[in-house]
Parts: sequence; structure tokens; C-alpha cells
Amino acid sequence: MRVLGLVGLLLGVVVAVALSLLLGSRSIDFGAVLGALTSGGGSGSDGSTEQMVVLDLRVPRTIIGLVAGAALGLAGALMQGLTRNPLADPGLLGVNSGASLAVVVAISVFGVASPIGYIWFAFAGAAVAAVVVYAVASGRTGPTPLSLTLAGAAVTAVLTSLITLVLLRDLDTLGQYRFWSVGSLVGRDASTVLPLIPFLVVGAVLALVLGRGLNGLALGDDVARGLGQRVGLTRVVAGVAIILLCGSATSLAGPLVFVGLVVPHLARRMIGTDYRWILAYSVPLGAMLLVLADTVGRLIAQPAELEAGIVVALIGAPVLIALVRRDRAVTR
Amino acid sequence: MSGNATGGAAAGGAAVGGAPVGGALRRVRAAGLHRLVVVCGLLALLLLAIAVLALMLGDRVVAPQDVLAAAVGQGSGGDRFVILGLRAPRLALSLLVGACFGLAGAVFQSLLGNPLASPDIIGISQGASAAAVTAVLLFGASGLAVSGAAFGGAVLAAGLILLLAGRVGRSGAVGSGGAAGSRFVLIGIALAFLAQALIGYLLTRADVRDAQGALLWLVGSIGTVQVPELVVTAVSALLLSVALALLAPRLRMLQLGDEAATALGVRVTPVRLLLLLVAVAFAAVATAAAGPVAFVAFVSAPIARRLVGGLGPALVASALVGAVVVGGADVLAQHAVAGLQVPVGIVTGIVGAPILLTLLARGNRTRGAA
Repeated sequence: MRVLGLVGLLLGVVVAVALSLLLGSRSIDFGAVLGALTSGGGSGSDGSTEQMVVLDLRVPRTIIGLVAGAALGLAGALMQGLTRNPLADPGLLGVNSGASLAVVVAISVFGVASPIGYIWFAFAGAAVAAVVVYAVASGRTGPTPLSLTLAGAAVTAVLTSLITLVLLRDLDTLGQYRFWSVGSLVGRDASTVLPLIPFLVVGAVLALVLGRGLNGLALGDDVARGLGQRVGLTRVVAGVAIILLCGSATSLAGPLVFVGLVVPHLARRMIGTDYRWILAYSVPLGAMLLVLADTVGRLIAQPAELEAGIVVALIGAPVLIALVRRDRAVTR
Repeated sequence: MSGNATGGAAAGGAAVGGAPVGGALRRVRAAGLHRLVVVCGLLALLLLAIAVLALMLGDRVVAPQDVLAAAVGQGSGGDRFVILGLRAPRLALSLLVGACFGLAGAVFQSLLGNPLASPDIIGISQGASAAAVTAVLLFGASGLAVSGAAFGGAVLAAGLILLLAGRVGRSGAVGSGGAAGSRFVLIGIALAFLAQALIGYLLTRADVRDAQGALLWLVGSIGTVQVPELVVTAVSALLLSVALALLAPRLRMLQLGDEAATALGVRVTPVRLLLLLVAVAFAAVATAAAGPVAFVAFVSAPIARRLVGGLGPALVASALVGAVVVGGADVLAQHAVAGLQVPVGIVTGIVGAPILLTLLARGNRTRGAA
């Protein structure tokens, strides 16, 4: 039954990808899309506008949507397990604000001007911020869910203040940064993903083997220890996985906060409280949500488009509200 | 489980709930009361120091005795104008805003039993911000109109959350902690993200100069203070404080758990709703006056609870901490770097957050892995 659900979700991802390739402000029929894909962009391509739109615009944003969505979904599930707080979002670990500050510095100090140029700044910023949060929250005794939550919020507040301070004094940086900060999949080449693949793979593997550990954490530290689990190790590994996954996603697509919060809730609703399955379900759910959001964003504001980050909130918020309302006792 | 994720308030409640409630509670309370008085006294002294500094410093530095003279209507006309006309209103507004945010956060966090349940996180501030940014960017509003829009946005957001959270009772919207509390908070967070998306949309579509103006409001700033604005804020804060003072004993009983509270004669559902409305109003009043000053509502209650020692919602201490944070931050915002005025919200973030972190680190050491 659970496996069946997973297969269903994967089919959903396939549908989302197909929609993302087929739909857009320019209508391109199925045959032409298929032709463009099979031509591979190499010698077989005929150089038509249709092919260019599919290969150079739609394929890259679909790929980035898949990767970033899956990574954020997974990171969100980890974060909620790690903090034992169903309200936690990977952004709480300071990842988004760290990446944002680094991007602001990149624009303002180093004059970087394209989303591709932001990538390593964003990744480094996310990683540094998350490590600081984790270290502060740990103190001598190791992090508790409460200390992680508060430390994350505190570091986020510091970084956000610094960002605002720069933006208030630097109009040009604000002009560029505001478009990055809403979260978008446009303007990135598909090859942007390549250097991040090692991080994503390691992060995903770490996350997927953590299911048992998170189930233990959910019972409380003492019970988990009694069951012979190494609580501290689980926390450290989860922290590393979140940094890798969320850092990669944020550097690809900007701070897409909502995905990491809403996806684990959807997964929990479908599958229950077993983190092994929540983690597995979060991957296709996240990918599907982000790709669909990006596709919808192309369609509802024609001829302009809405950034994926905005559409995620437009779709995700009602979904989350509906879920919460249906569920009489939202437990975990 | 989720109880572990809740705040110091819940932890305090659990410690009491475990023991036979009567005698233990009284002993703990006697010890706590002593500490409460000391802490509040120290906070009040700190507040006084901040007030004196705020009145002294500026382009024209006034000596403490001249400040005192001006305060009682003596001294030179220039001093009187600078102190009574310019600095005192700004100081008063910053303290009021801080106290309001502190109280709003304290009530929300105790009522909902979650440290994340401050108005900055559950959509109240974002609702206010979205409305204010809409007013600024789409309608070119300024001054009191923006404040009005912010107040309306905050109330609208709170109303929507309540409406969407549904029945206010039993397993309903405004439960304390655990299941029902997180229902209210989750819907608030969802709305917060919607509002955030709206703000992002408006900021990316507006002229970049206007966007910068909106950003200044979004970070929270206390600029030139109009007297009518100050009076409205002060009167609202006073009325709300009276309401909260009347409700406070019941809030403490609610923290013992619904069943204990019911046994003590509290009508749980209406009391929760009233408390929630008061907290929303506090946040709305403060946000309307100064914008969503970062972090104050979130941080004041945890700091206060740690200082006081963690029994009950620590309302007075939270208000004092809030006032100290915003008042002190506004002094720094004006005078820390000569010739550079920054919005107060930036200082609360940069300075307030490390203070919380220090307290946290100390809390970790004394309380161990709670």
C-alpha cells in the first residue's frame, strides 16, 4: 500500500514534468516537444524557435524545479524530525538568511549579476549560517529542539537585519536582490545543477537512512537512547544532510521557504508518522509541488509570469490550511 | 513528544503538574515571587537609564540635571523644546511599542504553548506588512494612513486565522499547546507565507525607489513621532493592559492544563478567545505605530521567563524586557554610529538576537538537555 502510494507520487512527478514541458506562454504541441527532446539539442535539432523554447527554457527550469523541490521536501522532513516541531522549516536553521546575505554581498561588493554567479555564494552562506546555528544551539549538552528553534530564529534575525541594512543604503543591490529573493527557476542553465550533484546525492543518501533515527527521536531522547540509538549522531547527520540539501536548493532557486514546511505535512497526512516513509514521500512531493508551481506561474499572469516562489505560497498555503482544517487533531 | 518542543512555559507547567499541586506550587511561587520582584526592579532601573540616555543624547547633548529641569518645565526654552517636543515622544513611543510587542509575544507563546507562536511568525505581522506595503506601493499612502492599513491588516489576518481554524473549543482552534494550538499556528503560518508572497510580488513590480521606502517600513522604524499617533497608541495600550491584567490569573490557570483550569472554575474557551484577541490587539497597535519591529515579540517572553525563573507567562517582566529592548535599540539606532541613523528594527535584530543567544547558552548549561 505504501509502495503503491510512492509509485503514484512518482507518476504524479512524471505528469508534472510533462505539463511543465508542454505548457507555457507559447503553445507548442506534443509532437514538437517530443521532437525537440529526441533531437537532444545536438545535430538533430532544426534550430526552430519551438525547439529552442523547449530545450533552452523549459527543460532547464523543469530540471531545476525537480532537483530543488525534492531537496527542499526532504530537508523539511528532516528538520521537523530533528526539532520535533511540526512548525519547523529548513529556513529555521538559518539556511535561507545565510544564503541571502551572501547573495547580497555578492551583488553589492563583488558585482555579481546573474543567478548562476550567485550559486557558490549562496551555498557557502547557507552552510556557514547553519553551522553557526547548530553550534550555538548545541552548547555543551548538544542541541535540544527548543534551543535549535530559538538559535535559528536569532541568527535569522541578525542576518536579515544586516541584509536590510545593506539594501536600505544600496539601491542597485535591492534592484537585483528582490528578484532573487522571491525564489525563481528562470535564468539558470540546466548545467548549473551539475557541480551541486555530489552534495545533493550525499545529502539525499544521509537523509534516507535517517528514518529510523528520526523515529527514535520522536519518542524523546531518553526512550531513543534506551532503544540503543545514538541520538547525538542522528542529530549531527541530520544537520549535515539539511545543510547539503537545503544549501543546494537555495543556491539553485533562491529562498523557497514554503516547500520545506508544507511537503512533510502532505507526506504525514498520506502516510502517517513513520519517518522512513515520510522522508521517501517528501522527495516526489517536493519535486511535484515546485515543478507544478513553476508551470502555473507561467500560465496565470500571461504574457508576464509569476515567480515559482510566489506561486508555491499561492498553492501551498490553501493546501496546508485545508489539511489542517480536515485533520481534527493535527498531532505531528 | 511535541510537548518537548514547547517553550519554557510548558516546561514550567509540567514541573508543577508532576508534583502534588497544592503545597509544592505555593513553595515554588514564594521563591519565584522574590526573584520576580528583584528582576522587575532591575529591569525598571535599566529602563530608567535608557530613558535618561535617550533624553540626553542627540545633536544637542543635554546634561542630566538639565534633563530633569526640562522634564518639570524648568530650564531653557531650547532644552525644553528638544526634550519635551522631540525626544520624549520618540522615547515614549519606543517604550510603548516594545512593551506591547513583549506582551503580545508572551500571551501568544503561553496560550499556544509553542515558542514559535509569536505574532512575527503566525501571520499577524505579515498581514499588517502586506496591507501597509499595498497602501504604500499601490496607493502612495504615508503617515497615519499606513498605520491604519497596518492595523487593519493585522486584525484581518487574525480574523482569517480564527475563522479558518474553525470552532473555538474542545479540539478547536485556540487550544493550548499540542494538537489544537498547532492547528491555529499552522494556519497562521500558511497565511504568513501568502502575505509574504504578496509582499514579494509588490516589491518586485514596484519602482525600486518605492520598494526601498516600503522596506524601511517593513524593518520597523520609529522616526518623527506625531503627538496624535502617540496618544492613540498610549490609550490603546493602557486599555489593553487593563484587559490583560483582568485575564492574567486565568491565563496562569490555563497553563496548568485545560482540565485543571476547568476544575478551578475557568471557562476555557471564551477565556482563550479573549486572551487571543487582546494579544492580537497588542501586536496590531505596536505594528501600526512602528512597523513590524523584528524579533521583539518573539524574544521578550523567553528572555523574561529565563530571568524570572520560568513559572507562568511572566507578563510584567515580558513587557519590561520588550520596552528595554526597543527603547535601548532606538537609542543605539540613533547614536551608536555618529551621523548614521538606522531603523530600530535593524538594531533589535543585530543586538537583540545575540543577547537571546547568550541567555540560551547559559540556559543550556543550567538546565541541561531539557
